[in-house]
Amino acid sequence: MSWFISQANAQQPAVVPAEGGHAPTEATGTTVAHGGGEHGGTFPPFDPSTFPSQLFWLAIVFIALYVLMAKKVIPQISDILEARAAKIASELVEAERAKAETDTAIASYEASLAAARNKANAIAHETRSKVAHEIDGRRHAAEAQLAAKLADTEQHIADVKKIALDHVSAIATETTEAVVEALVGKVGRDEVTAAVAAVSVGKH
Amino acid sequence: MADVRTDPIHQFGIHKLVDINIDGYDVSFTNSSLFMILTLAAIALVLLWGSSSRAVVPGRAQSVAELSYEFVANTLRNAAGESGMRFMPLVFSLFMFVLTANIFGMVPYFFTVTSHIIVTAALALLVIFTVTIYGFYKNGTHFLKLFVPSGVPMAIVPLVTLIEIISFLSRPLSLAVRLFANMLAGHITLKVFAGFVVTLTSLGAFGFLGALLPLIMVVALTALEFLVAFLQAYVFTILTCMYLNDALHPGH
Repeated sequence: MSWFISQANAQQPAVVPAEGGHAPTEATGTTVAHGGGEHGGTFPPFDPSTFPSQLFWLAIVFIALYVLMAKKVIPQISDILEARAAKIASELVEAERAKAETDTAIASYEASLAAARNKANAIAHETRSKVAHEIDGRRHAAEAQLAAKLADTEQHIADVKKIALDHVSAIATETTEAVVEALVGKVGRDEVTAAVAAVSVGKH
Repeated sequence: MADVRTDPIHQFGIHKLVDINIDGYDVSFTNSSLFMILTLAAIALVLLWGSSSRAVVPGRAQSVAELSYEFVANTLRNAAGESGMRFMPLVFSLFMFVLTANIFGMVPYFFTVTSHIIVTAALALLVIFTVTIYGFYKNGTHFLKLFVPSGVPMAIVPLVTLIEIISFLSRPLSLAVRLFANMLAGHITLKVFAGFVVTLTSLGAFGFLGALLPLIMVVALTALEFLVAFLQAYVFTILTCMYLNDALHPGH
């Protein structure tokens, strides 16, 4: 505090003569300069002689502060806050969009996976039915072939049997003719045949 | 008590640094003026430096600037609504000035600008004149409804109006005296207890032990005074916001 007082004292000789014309406040001003430290003076906050100076400097400082806040600081800070809010909002929108994109991609992946699975099933099914069809075809062909061969063979057997049976009747007729000829004498071929046939028919 | 080291009033003394006289008025540059300018410089430094980088993720200085701004903006918005934001520069300037001046006062050997009633009265009158002038400018005579609350029986309207007028007139007084008295009383109390420490330690070993108690008190009071420094700045601000709300929306 002594620094202030000595500073004030140092200033006074230079200022007082120059401002000599304004005597009324000069006297109190000097008192104030020393009065702060001395006991018995006015209680400083209630000393009216310091009021003009305090009001004057408060006005200057507060107007400067107000202008600085209104023109510079508040716009700057609200710009920062708005920019941040805008950035956060736009990034949220971007994130929302990216999420939608991801969802679409996942959906299309799922769809193509399902399609591929369906296709694979179809191919498997087709192949299976084709193979089964082919097997069926071959089996049918083989069966038909076997049936044909069987039929041929049966036919052949029937033919052979028929031929054999024909021969039997011829042999029987000849044998009968021969037997009858030996026993009875010559008999007409037709009679023998009819007799053999009659016997054969009766046997059957 | 004449000893400068223990005189609790000495800290409030105003000393001229540069004599200035304008038209018969003594407007000398004093220690009070010096600390007003230091207050302004500190606010400007922190807020301009803090808001100059404009980072999306704020650094320390920017956080301080943003927190101060949002604290005042929220206080104002809650008390006076969105339309109250036009007073943001005034309210923000008041809050920053009172807070910084109060906190500066806590630094040893620093002068407390807000411990002088003329300063707090000037700020309080600035608020009240703003409220009154803007209230009449925006609402015309409707502003007078402030003194006649709706829903009051006719019989007691004169009484209520009288009370409302007294309440309105006492606002600048309470605003000014609350801040001034808190800062003054706090600093006197601190200085008195600190003075006990100085006086007792000069009494030898016994006094040295006795000085421990006021020393602890000084430490505790210093913490309390930091709280008061912030709290009074906040109280001044929120009351300003509530008075501004009356100017914006006079019907209770």
